[in-house]
Amino acid sequence: MPDSSSPVVLAFDRVSLSFGGETVLREVSFAMRRGESMIVLGAAGSGKTVLLKTALGLLTATSGRIELFGEDVTGLDEQAWYERRSHVGVLFQEGGLFDSLTIEENVAYPMLNQPRLACPEEEVIRRVQESLNFVELGHTLEKFPSELSGGMRRRVGIARAIVTQPDLLLYDSPTAGLDPITANTIIALIIKGRDMRHATTFMVTHRYQDGQLLAGFHHDEATGQLLPVNGQRETGRTHYLVLREGAVVFDGSATELEASRDPYVRRFVRREEGA
Amino acid sequence: MLEFLKNPILTFQEFIVLAGRTIRGVFRKPYYWDDVFTQMDLIGIGSLPVVLLTGFFSGAVMALQMSRALQTYGASSQVGQIVAITLVREMGPVLTALMVAGRNASGMASELGSMKVTEQIDAMRALGTDPVMKLVKPRVLATSVVLPLLTVLADFVGIVGGWLVACVLLSLTTSAQYWSNSWRALEYNDITQGLLKPFVFAIVLSLVGCYYGMRTTGGTQGVGRSTTQAVVVASVWVVVLTFIIGRIFVSM
Ligand SMILES: Nc1ncnc2c1ncn2[C@@H]1O[C@H](COP(=O)(O)OP(=O)(O)OP(=O)(O)O)[C@@H](O)[C@H]1O
Ligand SMILES: [Mg+2]
Repeated sequence: MPDSSSPVVLAFDRVSLSFGGETVLREVSFAMRRGESMIVLGAAGSGKTVLLKTALGLLTATSGRIELFGEDVTGLDEQAWYERRSHVGVLFQEGGLFDSLTIEENVAYPMLNQPRLACPEEEVIRRVQESLNFVELGHTLEKFPSELSGGMRRRVGIARAIVTQPDLLLYDSPTAGLDPITANTIIALIIKGRDMRHATTFMVTHRYQDGQLLAGFHHDEATGQLLPVNGQRETGRTHYLVLREGAVVFDGSATELEASRDPYVRRFVRREEGA
Repeated sequence: MLEFLKNPILTFQEFIVLAGRTIRGVFRKPYYWDDVFTQMDLIGIGSLPVVLLTGFFSGAVMALQMSRALQTYGASSQVGQIVAITLVREMGPVLTALMVAGRNASGMASELGSMKVTEQIDAMRALGTDPVMKLVKPRVLATSVVLPLLTVLADFVGIVGGWLVACVLLSLTTSAQYWSNSWRALEYNDITQGLLKPFVFAIVLSLVGCYYGMRTTGGTQGVGRSTTQAVVVASVWVVVLTFIIGRIFVSM
């Protein structure tokens, strides 16, 4: 179980970011330790995607300090970022699957393009197949992304994120635009991916429910089922971060979130309770 | 006034940065040759019909328009010379570049633009490839090889078009005279200019297409906007550059 002695995987220290004159992140600070999960909630346009991209060096912070895998990565140049990014798996909100490549080529892409992960072709094929089997899409290798449904594309995205066996996984709104059943399947995959490799998981979402599932369930390797976590919810495995107009307005555990009196924070908790 | 100029200057600055990175990238690994050949096929074979048609008819029209003026001066036999020089120096490179700008700079902007808004460009960077090397460089390389070749073809069918009008349709001069005149008219200088221009246009129009694609924001609507901007800006650059290059050659 992670505790305060586990190494810090990702930490932001008063990070701000603006585009032209518009400030999109305001002094954002948080820290994630190994094995922890973080759930980021916030209204549309509150800066969730920008936060995730800043953590990967795809956007450059205007000020503040970012630490990744215990190393200061503030102001790192693009070339140096490539190596760091090879330790991180990411699912983008818009999918980011390459239209011109087949599902197999899409999932193989990080394996083939990151020098650190160079390995023989058979090994790549094996890993890709394994990863696609994991998301139950082992039969779609030759298809193109446009031939799959939205939920299936999301699953391919997950397969591509985990194929490199990263230490940190970033998911941007993995359930957005999906029906509740498909959404739950996606979250189940994310839980499975987290628990099988004890990966640190950072998930942006609109659905409070996604967070509840991520925090309240674990993947049981013996049965392959999702089981409720009993009494472990308070151990600090799962953190919540609530963003409002680019600023962190809440950072704490599920219990603290539910007890919060802040009307903006309550909106996320209450809205989903009714749903 | 300064506010008004701020945006174009920032845009130009960003464009120069992309151009610099691409040109530096040309001399560096990795090379994605598959992408280069795909682009060559797309630009070269894809634009061939429209480029040949434009070339042919511009040669034909030129011969037609010149015929009256030349007859007035009793210089009908010079038609081959005029058609050849104008085509090789000016019309061939410019018209071909405008066609390719309309077809391919827009294509690049819309393709890269959709990749941008669906986060494929971000995904590339996240998964270990530099979009400048993987997307921009192959397009610039392919265009700068293919555009000069297309231009040579356009020049040639243009001269054929002129011949059809001058010799077959209007019988201004004999075929032998037309061909020997047009061949002898071309100097080393014209050929250089006629090949240097498409090469420069190719670099500029492919970079413009890629630049507007890569900076697309605002979803599908944004893609449409980038596409239009790319064509307009690329076309304007072509006519401005042909003047600048022409000026340099005239003063040489
Ligand atoms: N490249 C960019 N240039 C300028 N502004 C941007 C850019 N990317 C994002 N923004 C702005 O930053 C703000 C936050 O955007 P972001 O995409 O992070 O929102 P979000 O929280 O992910 O929203 P959603 O839930 O809709 O995905 C928005 O106001 C957006 O307009
Ligand atoms: Mg978002």
